[in-house]
Amino acid sequence: MSALLQVRDVSKSFGAVAAVQGVSFALEPGEAHALVGENGAGKSTIVKMLAGVHRPDTGTLLVDGEEVTFTGPADAKAAGIAVIYQEPTLFPDLSVAENIAMGNQPLTRLRQIDRRTMNANATRLFARLGVQIDPTRPARGLSIADQQLVEIAKALSSQARVLIMDEPTAALSGVEVDRLFAVTRALRDEGAAIMFISHRFEEITALCQRVTIMRDGKHVCTEPVSDLSVDDMIRRMVGRDLSALYPKQDATIGETVLRVEGLNRAGVFRDISFEVKAGEIVALAGLVGAGRSEVMQAVFGVDKYDSGTVTFLGKKLKGGNPRASMAAGMGLVPEDRRQQGLVMELSIERNVTLPRSRALAKLGLLFGGSERREAAEWTKQLQTKFGRLSDPVGTLSGGNQQKVVLAKWLATSPKLLIVDEPTRGIDVGTKAEVHRLLSSLAARGLAVVMVSSELPEVLGMADRIVVLREGHIAAQLTREEATEESVMYAAMGQS
Amino acid sequence: MTAVATHSPARKVFSGLVKIRELGIIVALAALIIYTTTSQPRFLSAQSIRDILLNTAILAVMAAGQAVVVITRNIDLSVGSVLGISAFTVASMMSDNPGLPMIVALLVGLAVGALAGLLNGVLVRYGRVPALVVTLGTMYIFRGLIYSWAGGDQVNADELPGHFLQFANDSILGIPWLVLIALVVVGGVSLMMRNYRVGRELYAMGSSPGAAELAGIKVARNMLAAFIISGALAGLAGVLFASRFGTIDASAGNGYELNVVAAVVVGGVAVSGGSGTVWGAGLGALLLTVIGSALTVLDINQFWQQAIVGALIVLAICADRIVAVRIARSLRKRDSHV
Repeated sequence: MSALLQVRDVSKSFGAVAAVQGVSFALEPGEAHALVGENGAGKSTIVKMLAGVHRPDTGTLLVDGEEVTFTGPADAKAAGIAVIYQEPTLFPDLSVAENIAMGNQPLTRLRQIDRRTMNANATRLFARLGVQIDPTRPARGLSIADQQLVEIAKALSSQARVLIMDEPTAALSGVEVDRLFAVTRALRDEGAAIMFISHRFEEITALCQRVTIMRDGKHVCTEPVSDLSVDDMIRRMVGRDLSALYPKQDATIGETVLRVEGLNRAGVFRDISFEVKAGEIVALAGLVGAGRSEVMQAVFGVDKYDSGTVTFLGKKLKGGNPRASMAAGMGLVPEDRRQQGLVMELSIERNVTLPRSRALAKLGLLFGGSERREAAEWTKQLQTKFGRLSDPVGTLSGGNQQKVVLAKWLATSPKLLIVDEPTRGIDVGTKAEVHRLLSSLAARGLAVVMVSSELPEVLGMADRIVVLREGHIAAQLTREEATEESVMYAAMGQS
Repeated sequence: MTAVATHSPARKVFSGLVKIRELGIIVALAALIIYTTTSQPRFLSAQSIRDILLNTAILAVMAAGQAVVVITRNIDLSVGSVLGISAFTVASMMSDNPGLPMIVALLVGLAVGALAGLLNGVLVRYGRVPALVVTLGTMYIFRGLIYSWAGGDQVNADELPGHFLQFANDSILGIPWLVLIALVVVGGVSLMMRNYRVGRELYAMGSSPGAAELAGIKVARNMLAAFIISGALAGLAGVLFASRFGTIDASAGNGYELNVVAAVVVGGVAVSGGSGTVWGAGLGALLLTVIGSALTVLDINQFWQQAIVGALIVLAICADRIVAVRIARSLRKRDSHV
């Protein structure tokens, strides 16, 4: 049996950084193959070489046993390789059907685009995925999940023999993931090769037969998934034992920092009451759409609420004024750090000191020195990895970006930190670091509210868990009471 | 997932708003014509209409090319100079060789313009310099070339062969050649942008340049093509200009680029690329010309013309923005995953 796609001893460097060094593996027909590794391990570089975006410095790619050189994405496409990138790559101004068909639109005899067939094809693909998206609407304004589904339809439409999926499930709900997997399995059973990149181990075990593990740009091993436990995989990814993925430190619980009473917002949430004490980590759990982020945004003042009170450090906060909340000592690390948490083009130091730019300015002017000192201190405390402080934040990996957001808020020395999905899209190693950081902050007396969809994170980190369902509090559980089952049942409305 | 049924109102709103883009120009045109005609009936005389259409033709040909470039999220500021260089080249050629047929003049103009466009495209694509800077530079370079070549000379109408000058006044089936050429150009380019793969790829490139590369679109080839089209049409406009006005000196087409960009923007092509239509740009050219004529007929100070064109540009961009925000909001609302 010859491999559909073979990567042989491939290396790629960017400047002085060796992103991939001597990696080899093969994708067999009818196989779903997982590629795992921490962020920065070189997975995305591998994907980009297979997609024809980057060319390997040394080593070869073989399709059907024949050596190939891709001069651009078009070559890879022609070789039957379709890629679903981590970040959607749609054309917002074009219709959904055009996005799917771009490059191989059905043509009429006059070589004009046959819009009717094109739309029908899109509808058929969506039916196969079990979703309903109007093919004639523009891609602009689609939710992230829908964008991802359009990407998947795009890959399916190209009749690819090799399908590479770089974290396709990050934005999808459980049902959508199940459907995607059903379609992927069908493709696999028809003889296609699937390369699947994910941080979710349960998905890898559910879908893949073999797994290739990478660390620091090098190939660690390729083995059948059934031979490895999740712990094995994590150990090989990080190269050390990760017994302490959730390093919860004991903290002395102090006085009440935040008290929320009877908070209401029509149609979004109702009758929300809870407390957070100094040194405590309170998790807001629940399904996506249960209103967790909305509650915390209302508490912080980004959104308005209709009735209820927010008492912070004994003083009532007027709603709808995030500036006042910040001044009082509240910090909010938003869910979408790329859009809301960071200015990607600005340097690391500027980002870290952004909320304090007034305090650091002399005579209303910012002279780099004070910013740099402050940024250097916090990035060091958080063990952020970067080239220079003056590099744009956009050049950092996801985990390190998250640390910059945290540094930014910690520099304001807050009393309460609200973190929304603090470890989304972050690799296991950095995840543990973020957890350790939150724990140690709590131990130093900071009150933390953590909104999280990851059950292990909630159970591992929280002193108390507030479970939301459809906009109201379904349960408040202590650390001792909380189990995976009790939280899930409360979130889903079963008992 | 949302059911299809809930999409259709959003879609109707969307397609309605999109139509409004060009509809707005048509309404403005109609209102302007009706108002001007009621106060000055000779505005709709055959001669006046003919003048307006002839004046629109040259602008519309250039606007069609400019629209293609703007849709790819670029801009071509050199078109006025390209018009000049083409007009002067063709006029000199015709005065030296009066026997040459009109078609040769047209082809030479197209070729000169295409060459200039190729230079722009190569500098933008391979020099990795923003189009605004490149074409600002070539605008001066091309203009400089004409001045150093022509100096203070000018080609006068009496040096040009009669059939060349007659072309601008001749009609076929009652439609002046200039207008016919403009219609064919605007129609042809519209069709290419709407119904052919390369057209959709140009939209895609303007909509998301990064995604276009990843999708395997031949970005380099397409971008060169866009600049060549814009250049060639400016070259063609140069021939029409020479034929219509007869007297060509080194300043021919000076400042035209801004009229062209104005026509494109007023015509609903977004400067951020990816949206708008070529025929909308053609309508924009017509609207600007009608405004010019109406002000003359109404005996309003020419100064106001510039102010009105400026206000229209700002209005068009604001309308664009408002429509975009509205669409985004309505689409998001109907699709939110809750």
